[in-house]
Amino acid sequence: MKRHLISAADLTRDDAVLILDTAEELARIADRPIKKLPTLRGRTVVNLFFEDSTRTRISFEAAAKRLSADVINFSAKGSSVSKGESLKDTALTLEAMGADAVVIRHHDSGAPHRLATSGWIGGSVVNAGDGTHEHPTQALLDAFTMRRHLTSGTGQDLAGRRITIVGDILHSRVARSNVHLLSTLGAEVTLVAPPTLVPFAVESWPCEVSYDLDAVIGKSDAVMMLRVQRERMNAAFFPTEREYARRYGLDGERMARMPEHAIVMHPGPMNRGMEITAEVADSPRCTAVEQVANGVSIRMAVLYLLLGGNEPAVATTRTATEESK
Amino acid sequence: MDARTTHAATAARSVLEAPDIARVLTRIAHEIVERAKGADDVVLLGIPTRGVHLARRLAARLEEITGKEPGQMPVGSLDITMYRDDLRLRPARALARTEIPGDGIDGRLVVLVDDVLFSGRTIRAALDALGDIGRPRAVQLAVLVDRGHRELPIRADYVGKNLPTSLRETVKVQLTEEDGRDSVLLGARGTAPADGQ
Repeated sequence: MKRHLISAADLTRDDAVLILDTAEELARIADRPIKKLPTLRGRTVVNLFFEDSTRTRISFEAAAKRLSADVINFSAKGSSVSKGESLKDTALTLEAMGADAVVIRHHDSGAPHRLATSGWIGGSVVNAGDGTHEHPTQALLDAFTMRRHLTSGTGQDLAGRRITIVGDILHSRVARSNVHLLSTLGAEVTLVAPPTLVPFAVESWPCEVSYDLDAVIGKSDAVMMLRVQRERMNAAFFPTEREYARRYGLDGERMARMPEHAIVMHPGPMNRGMEITAEVADSPRCTAVEQVANGVSIRMAVLYLLLGGNEPAVATTRTATEESK
Repeated sequence: MDARTTHAATAARSVLEAPDIARVLTRIAHEIVERAKGADDVVLLGIPTRGVHLARRLAARLEEITGKEPGQMPVGSLDITMYRDDLRLRPARALARTEIPGDGIDGRLVVLVDDVLFSGRTIRAALDALGDIGRPRAVQLAVLVDRGHRELPIRADYVGKNLPTSLRETVKVQLTEEDGRDSVLLGARGTAPADGQ
């Protein structure tokens, strides 16, 4: 595996399956009386969060702690960032403190990439969501959840499975990461959204696009509902919320038209009544809570595979050359 | 890796063949029953990969000896990857399965099963791993081959064959479930470091 995890597109099929298989074994730790492994003892993981998050930050924190790493939580609120400190100076501070890995969430797309390639820090960089770009660990935990429900498990990919991702694709880093990862794993991905919420140049993505949810829902193995990200919207993308909910929301009646084995997924946070009704959200077919639990296993796997072994000597030279460019 | 295996295979000398391994396992099973006075509270935990197969074979023999129904003997696997002391010397490795039998290991006699006992570091890691899973009444160790060269104060309770080796030699255990045949091979070490420590 590479030294950093910036984009789901960087993962090969074998990388992805290795992460999922490792997570499968690590998931078993959760059933033990002592939910801890000594593997990352003495390593420091910094959670660098420039944007609000509960799920992802707690998930990364739990994952690092279960592997016995020391965790430093850093949120932009109440730090020197609110006094105007730049990403570079923050990074240099973290480097001086000896961070072995930096888990970064940033409101700007590309911030993790900048951090990984700038030479500011020597540790691994894990992207925990950057702007509207990518959120690779979310895609991995989604793939993990699908694999558990739709295949025989360990060693398998998602070849031939039909995955439908519905909603605010334009602002969704989850959708982008999922499209890359799921197609790498052999799944057929269809994006469903109003035309205004489909991103520019989507035809270059390895997926289909549809504007009609009812047309694809009957042949989907998993339907992933995305939240409408009003905080990122600066224009009117659809007439009213009621109209959006009627055409692109998932209610009990639509869910009944899904195949028997199909699951409903949601990366959270959910807007009940908007993209998903309470009836669907609380039904046993909805894996939202399971996805959160799987998130800890996936993040343990990623941290273990990035930090558990020896230092790849290649990475130091790579950052050095990229800095000199 | 492949080159080394072929090289080792051509130079390798077989020290135990299938009938020897079968005999040795039967003897170890009898010894376990004798030492544990009936093997009632015994839990067998194999260390992946080949230790797990050996543990299953031992379990089958213990069932025969003690007259238990097949499948009654608690047998599982214990992956020690996350507890290794040489993790940081190599790239992170894939994990193997840890499967603890339903009733757990608290208060039981755990017999760890591995193919080759060498430096003892695997067993140290296994003892650490056990400590995170429960508190056995006692822990014992059964190995098919003890090749010497301990680096830690660890010894086996049940040994299939004591095999004096030099550090230049490699010991390779092959089992039908994994390699298509049963044998223990003693070969000359290539340039790559030996596996199965």
